[in-house]
Amino acid sequence: MDSLALINLAVFLVLLFVCAYPLGLFISRVASADANPAGRLLGRVEAWLYRVAGVDPQEDMSWRKYAVALIVFSAIGALVVYAMQRMQAFLPLNPQAFGAVSPDSSFNTAVSFVTNTNWQGYSGESTMSYLTQMTALAVQNFFSAVSAMAVVFALIRGFARRNTGGKVGIGTGLGNLWVDLTRCTMYVLLPLSFVFAIFLVSQGVIQNFDKYNDVATLETSSYEQPKVDAAGASVLDAKGQPVTEKLTTKTQTLPMGPVASQEAVKMLGTNGGGFFNANSAHPYENPTPFVNFLQMLSIFLIPAALCFAFGRMVGDMRQGWAIVAAMTILFVCFALLALWSEAHGNPGIGALGVDISGGNLEGKETRFGAIASALFATITTAASCGAVNAMHDSLMPLGGFTSMLLMQLGEVVFGGVGSGLYGMLLFAVLGVFIAGLMIGRTPEYLGKKIQSFEMKMVSIAILVTPLLVLTGTAIAVMLDPGKAGISNPGAHGFSQVLYAFSSAANNNGSAFAGLSANTPFYNVLLGITVWIGRFGMIVPVLAIAGSLAAKQRSEPTVGTMPTHGPLFVVLVIGSVLLVGALTYVPALALGPVVEHLQIFVKP
Amino acid sequence: MKSILRPALVLFALLTVLTGFIYPLAVTGVARIAFPHEAAGSLVMRDGKPVGSSLIGQAFSDPKYFWSRPSATGPMPNNGTASGGSNLAPSNPALLDAVKGRVEALRAADPGNTAPVPQDLVTTSASGLDPHISPAAAMYQAGRVARLRGLEVSAVQTLIAHNTEGRTFGIFGEPRVNVLALNLALDQLK
Repeated sequence: MDSLALINLAVFLVLLFVCAYPLGLFISRVASADANPAGRLLGRVEAWLYRVAGVDPQEDMSWRKYAVALIVFSAIGALVVYAMQRMQAFLPLNPQAFGAVSPDSSFNTAVSFVTNTNWQGYSGESTMSYLTQMTALAVQNFFSAVSAMAVVFALIRGFARRNTGGKVGIGTGLGNLWVDLTRCTMYVLLPLSFVFAIFLVSQGVIQNFDKYNDVATLETSSYEQPKVDAAGASVLDAKGQPVTEKLTTKTQTLPMGPVASQEAVKMLGTNGGGFFNANSAHPYENPTPFVNFLQMLSIFLIPAALCFAFGRMVGDMRQGWAIVAAMTILFVCFALLALWSEAHGNPGIGALGVDISGGNLEGKETRFGAIASALFATITTAASCGAVNAMHDSLMPLGGFTSMLLMQLGEVVFGGVGSGLYGMLLFAVLGVFIAGLMIGRTPEYLGKKIQSFEMKMVSIAILVTPLLVLTGTAIAVMLDPGKAGISNPGAHGFSQVLYAFSSAANNNGSAFAGLSANTPFYNVLLGITVWIGRFGMIVPVLAIAGSLAAKQRSEPTVGTMPTHGPLFVVLVIGSVLLVGALTYVPALALGPVVEHLQIFVKP
Repeated sequence: MKSILRPALVLFALLTVLTGFIYPLAVTGVARIAFPHEAAGSLVMRDGKPVGSSLIGQAFSDPKYFWSRPSATGPMPNNGTASGGSNLAPSNPALLDAVKGRVEALRAADPGNTAPVPQDLVTTSASGLDPHISPAAAMYQAGRVARLRGLEVSAVQTLIAHNTEGRTFGIFGEPRVNVLALNLALDQLK
């Protein structure tokens, strides 16, 4: 591996921490109801919103109310996004006159954007009106991200609160969901997105509401396409082969739209749903290597900042650093594997007299090359972002393996905004539980006793996604409509299906995009997977938060295992790898591992 | 339940106005004033008429022009309304067949050229709209273009060097040549 890759990785990590630390401290003020983090004027706007909505910002919600309110808020979102796609033909800001999106695709897209997954079975530039993009999809880019931030606030409060109001048992005191949603939107995601969006435009990302622009190209290009008769059926020749006709075009159609505003929140909210089909590989979404670098930084920014906010909120920054350290070590290992894998070109292409010293370039953009593409692929799957600047289907087998395994670990290596930290804290709890078993003491984390209720909930939350991934994949590869979507032969075909369910259940949203997933079968099955993967985790997390909030916080004694040192970091990494990796070894062996051996080991 | 429904519905509506209308319109307003050229798609003009965008690659098949990277979009290459890659796996025999065909086409257009073929000229980009090729891919085509246009090879190579962009800050991305800009400059060269 050349030094340029290592320099990119190092610069990335240094800038990440420089930006995330102060943001984390600011977010801890947003999470505390007393502070007025962004000045009195915005504070007044905030108060006005609560008055109109009938919210009592002082109300301290029980975990059950917090969870029900969040599910209701998400369900409203899903219904609105579904309805807007179905009715877009009758709504304004639709200069290309796109018709209604199909019911199954609308369902899948609605659920997937509300859950921060942004799995995209559709192709944006030929399906969605500007109104659908900016008020249905981009709005959910905000809401789904702040929803997960709210959940992690609730969990941290569960740890931080000494005891709530003297009431015993599960019941009180995780904060106020409406306040958390409003403040995270107003004070964190919206201002960051605005600044980032303006920067993106300055670099060439488009932002307008014009019709698509037909321009006369330098050269007339000719192409062939299957001939169709008046009824729209393809014409066959005497041998039953489809007839093609030769056509020429003198123009190129340039797509337009309000891209920059959506692009900014797509990255900062770890959503990943592109305005265009090619996502962050599209030059209008990601025009330069510098923009690409800042897009990568913006994916990890809030997930990393939340770890520091966590440290501040529990009153011990070392706790935040320990979590960041575990995430960073895992991330660096995976990034090195992906960088190494993509730096080595496809030997089959090399054998055709082609110079493959630049690494694997199929499905990659020239301006990014192998390094910036491999790094982006690692970051977007370590976080549950799912934006892509290269086609993951064409990654080398171990590059695809890296992306897939990072999702399968549960999106806890920085992970999604909010969801990464609450996922990692589950593994931290699991880690102290395992350590507690080894030394025979009741495990404690941050002064709260971890008992059987918490461990049951941790187990449910950690096991729900592997269950969805493995059963979903098994169902799809057994049924004809599932197999029909596969586009690559052999082991890679299996990888395409495994990748799809790993991505959906863990709310990532990236794909081995050759899989034809815009079918009723995949739209429905993946839509259900996405929803259960999201709330099957959030509800147990909130239950744990509620249970912890009601417990006394004990002071550490000589017998307490410290949860900020290297031993704890190793323990957390060990739990993540043990649970995540071992669950998936057989499936991964059948997919990317076999493919790697087929390419590199000749009999 | 009513204590949940009202805040949920009202906040949903208010925050949608904020993030779904005010925010994108504010960005559009600032963008139109501060960066009108970029916001409208970085159009390239010749004789007062747009001939493309400096960010969106065009297909070239005339051997007198520099060729762009292969594009996997359908039905025509570099289709701006259908971005995307081939999604062919590295193990897929169809990938090797396609690359083989492109290598042969390049060799046929320039029979005397025995240099190894630059990889970006025979693999499809992720977007299908890649506006760039590598400097090596431009240099590989310099002899062919110079011969067919009756130019000195060194003049074409100088033109390539002028149109080459390095890594940003020396570390980000890869060196690259904008094919549309290069071909426009080529047409100016007499």
